[in-house]
Amino acid sequence: MDYLDNLEAKSVYILREAYKDFKSLCMLWSIGKDSTVLLWLARKAFFGHVPIPLVHIDTHYKIPAMIEYRDNIAREWKLNMVYGENADALKNKQTFPDGNLDRISCCKNLKSEALKHTLSGDWPRYRMNHDTGKYDLDKNTEPYTGVIVGARADEEGSRSKERVFSPRDKASDWDVGDQPPELFEQFKTDFAPGSHVRIHPLLDWTELNIWEYIQREKIPIIDLYFDNGEGQRFRSLGCFPCTTPVESRSKNVEEIVEELRSGKFANIAERSGRAQDKEDGGGLETLRREGYM
Amino acid sequence: MIDKKEQLNLVIVGHVDHGKSTFLGRLLHDTNSLPEGKLEQVKAVCERNSKPFEYAFLLDALKDEQSQGITIDAARCFFNTDKRHYIIFDAPGHIEFLKNMVTGAGQAEAGILLIDAKEGVKENSRRHGFLLSLLGIKQIVVLVNKMDLVDFSEDVFNSIKKEYTEFLKDINVNPIEIIPISAFNGDNMVTKSEKSPWYKGKPVVEHIDLFKKEPERTDKAFRFPVQDIYKFTEENDDRRLVAGTVRTGSISKGDKVLFLPSKKESSITSIEQFNVTSQTTSSAGQSVGFTLDTQLYIKPGEVMVKVSEAKQHPFSSTTFKANVFWLGKQPLIKNKKYKLKLASARESVYLKEIVNVMDASELTSTTNNKSVNRHDVGECIFQTIRPVSFDLATDFEFTGRFVIVDGYEIAGGGIITQAIESESSQIQDFISKRDYAWEKSVISPESRYLRYNHKAKFIVITGPDDTGKIDLAKTIEERLFNDGKKAYFMGISNMLSGVGATSSAGVEDRDEHIRSLGELAHLFTDSGQIFISTVSNLDDVEAEILKELNKPNDIVVINIGESRFKDFPVHLQLETPIDKEDALNKIYLLLQDQLGFANYSI
Ligand SMILES: Nc1nc2c(ncn2[C@@H]2O[C@H](COP(=O)(O)OP(=O)(O)O)[C@@H](O)[C@H]2O)c(=O)[nH]1
Repeated sequence: MDYLDNLEAKSVYILREAYKDFKSLCMLWSIGKDSTVLLWLARKAFFGHVPIPLVHIDTHYKIPAMIEYRDNIAREWKLNMVYGENADALKNKQTFPDGNLDRISCCKNLKSEALKHTLSGDWPRYRMNHDTGKYDLDKNTEPYTGVIVGARADEEGSRSKERVFSPRDKASDWDVGDQPPELFEQFKTDFAPGSHVRIHPLLDWTELNIWEYIQREKIPIIDLYFDNGEGQRFRSLGCFPCTTPVESRSKNVEEIVEELRSGKFANIAERSGRAQDKEDGGGLETLRREGYM
Repeated sequence: MIDKKEQLNLVIVGHVDHGKSTFLGRLLHDTNSLPEGKLEQVKAVCERNSKPFEYAFLLDALKDEQSQGITIDAARCFFNTDKRHYIIFDAPGHIEFLKNMVTGAGQAEAGILLIDAKEGVKENSRRHGFLLSLLGIKQIVVLVNKMDLVDFSEDVFNSIKKEYTEFLKDINVNPIEIIPISAFNGDNMVTKSEKSPWYKGKPVVEHIDLFKKEPERTDKAFRFPVQDIYKFTEENDDRRLVAGTVRTGSISKGDKVLFLPSKKESSITSIEQFNVTSQTTSSAGQSVGFTLDTQLYIKPGEVMVKVSEAKQHPFSSTTFKANVFWLGKQPLIKNKKYKLKLASARESVYLKEIVNVMDASELTSTTNNKSVNRHDVGECIFQTIRPVSFDLATDFEFTGRFVIVDGYEIAGGGIITQAIESESSQIQDFISKRDYAWEKSVISPESRYLRYNHKAKFIVITGPDDTGKIDLAKTIEERLFNDGKKAYFMGISNMLSGVGATSSAGVEDRDEHIRSLGELAHLFTDSGQIFISTVSNLDDVEAEILKELNKPNDIVVINIGESRFKDFPVHLQLETPIDKEDALNKIYLLLQDQLGFANYSI
């Protein structure tokens, strides 16, 4: 077994632990490469099936091709596809740049808040109806007690501290200083009513591993990651006002792998194209505490 | 081309301030593993705050951590050498964060232990060494750091080396090397330093590359803890899949397998993995699924082994001895129910005996302890209610190590050192306590028998959900009552029907339920009555528990539909859908015999 086999086997094991121990489980799917790999790993874990609802937080500022790609895959793989949003903030334009908000506050509204309330079920959720191909209001408003997330430890400082099973209290807060022990591949699967657990099957993967795995498994990935013909591609996906493409001529997965392994990106942090990370030193950390990711 | 380098997990431990973060920062820097711009970013922050630059800040990415000045968690760092990919878990030195240290070390294959040359061996240096050995990490390199502060004195180095090696010898750890370094200045990190010409060994990074990947687990006997059983019906999938990860050994299509502790046998029809073309063998490390050639009822938590490896099968017992390190805020005590998570098994467990408790840094042990307190290491005997299958940790890691959950928290970890033939089970202990406190009535069972004209009896109707158990139970009650028998049907047990039947989460509730049912049955049958109840999906172990609790009176077990019994002698097996009239006649015949009305009812 090479290291990709190892990573895959461990992630599959984690997904199955989550599925066994959490009655109300969901998986966040941002459409990006990491959570798409996660989705693929779920198919591995459950032998081609995905018995877990996929939750997407639609900021309505996502690059439009992302939503199209999401729905195509959802139809093709018969996914239990659910999305949530911050309808109020969108209506009242409490957003960046068109509202009077900075980037971080916009993230907080459209992502943190939307996520928190979608997970708890107190804001509407919309579920894909596979007969009509459209989204209907989801009747299930039960809170999700297990939330599978595609975070990687190498992404950002704060994430390297994460546990595979990471408890969040009622307010979705993460107590970094007092985390449960995790050993012998046994995880925290018991939790108090009202709290929930974030599950991170990709913690040990690096960005390069993700691409190598996409290459090996031939996972269909959104083409925003590839050179659009003008020498630019996205390295990480988000909302269009805050995500800028990087200069790169990589047209396919092979070229991206090469670029990450030994080329120009070998030593440049992945989220360098994300503007909101730069606004405050611990931007992601702030957002994490707020409950986004 | 995907490179085929292997990956190794390391853990680094050491007393607080002995330089762990500095070492890590330096290591990442020297192996070119820092993201571009990261170092500059941190340096800029230092400058802005007029603080001298520290490599440690690279790792202290969290705000609150920087303000506290101590590494609070087991953070992961990634680095590569020409030989391997590494993940290094940074385990904090502070005793408060021992659980984080254990978290890091629990995932590592080799350890690096850091000691400050100026401060020398500290309590935590010993504690960590001991814990590493407890956690089964056998490859250890010791670094004596901050050699620059003692002018690279060979004497200082040797005295620390001597003291610490002696300590390690006591706990059977043989360090691969002890290296003098200055993490801050990079001495003996990647290349040998001129400042310590007396040191004849290799620099740190070379040693890291010399750590061995665990000997191939494929050569060992086959172990496959059953993680779950799936039957996804979408897209007309009719596979019943036994899912899990092969922990050791290998298996092929057609092999005969045995599930432990239930002792059910079958053989492998197919090996299944998504997006992998048909596979005929599977070996250690793979997360796969199997289909079997018989429709067996097995539970998650059982261990699948190969029939052909009979000499190396795991133990199946309720009782074992283990070394546990306790992290819980509440101490580990007797007469309290905990949850055991051992490989895929989840069981209620009790502490039966504390053999001794060790102070992890002084290595002194004390006997006659009432509890194992936080941060102590205890040699203890544990007992589960149902048997579990396990190995000794020295033979098989994954099936020989466990954690203990107290309430919602993982409160301790342990490694099994011995399987124990126990003289008495948890239930028997409970019964002897109960019977000891029991005031016997002056009315003998025989007198009640003569008065009521039938024996006392506990009738349990079981089987899967929705098989008409309750309906049948009520009909029996009515029939017996109309016949003048003292029969009582208790419906309350249905409140818990299904609890724990498939999910592992409810195992403790289910155990508790079975016990209270047995207790109630004992009360009723002691009063000479016929007590009737239903439980879904009873199995061998649970039926035995009910039987024990109900003694001295007898139990009658009737199963409807799919049966989970293997050894327990079920009195009557009915097939679904049941023909009620026919069933009732059969039962009545059985009961006449069992209740002894043949002799006394005329
Ligand atoms: N002189 C000297 N100081 C060091 C060395 N390594 C670490 N230090 C200092 O020791 C202090 C504690 O180091 P740190 O890495 O934060 O320790 P940790 O608590 O084990 O992570 C810091 O001020 C470091 O700069 C070394 O090799 N030489």
